[in-house]
Amino acid sequence: MPKMTLSHFEAAILFSLFTSVVMGVVTKNTDRDRLHYGIYTFACFVVALVGLGWLMYLGHG
Amino acid sequence: MATQKERKPLAPPASEWAPALALSWLVPGGGHLLLKKTGRGLLLMAAITSMFLCGLMMRGAMFEPQSGDLLTTLINVGGFIGNLASGVLYLLSRWLGYSQPDVAGAVHDYGTKFLVTAGLLNILAMVDTYEIAIRRKD
Repeated sequence: MPKMTLSHFEAAILFSLFTSVVMGVVTKNTDRDRLHYGIYTFACFVVALVGLGWLMYLGHG
Repeated sequence: MATQKERKPLAPPASEWAPALALSWLVPGGGHLLLKKTGRGLLLMAAITSMFLCGLMMRGAMFEPQSGDLLTTLINVGGFIGNLASGVLYLLSRWLGYSQPDVAGAVHDYGTKFLVTAGLLNILAMVDTYEIAIRRKD
């Protein structure tokens, strides 16, 4: 099996993508709501990722 | 004053939901496919399988149930349940001899998390399958 080497950012984006797809599919009742919720979840992940990244950068000094 | 006992709705028979639930565990997205929810089933299958495969390619570690202090037990048993919830993906990778020691490194660590999360997402898919099978959800 090939080895995959990703940066923190790439791995976290990939994690967010897969998780958002599943959250979107299982949570809502219509396809439109599922799509919206999936995109919303993914956006939340990315915002939290960038926000926490900056917080750690600034906190580290 | 007459009191009326509230009657709980009868639980649906296991024959209605058990096969779909079992298939959903064994093959991520399989329960949805069995219940003719093809699009959703394929999406779940693609997302969960891809996540598991990424975890393998990042050389993530699999958990073994171990006892010790409370935290060690929780982490290892919880991680093992998470791994096991991936169904055939976990069984197949074990059967084919995948055994990665838990080593230090960000990529390995992400891999371990990907492997466990794939199983946890499959548990969500199983719950969804159950709700569809008992007609609580479309």
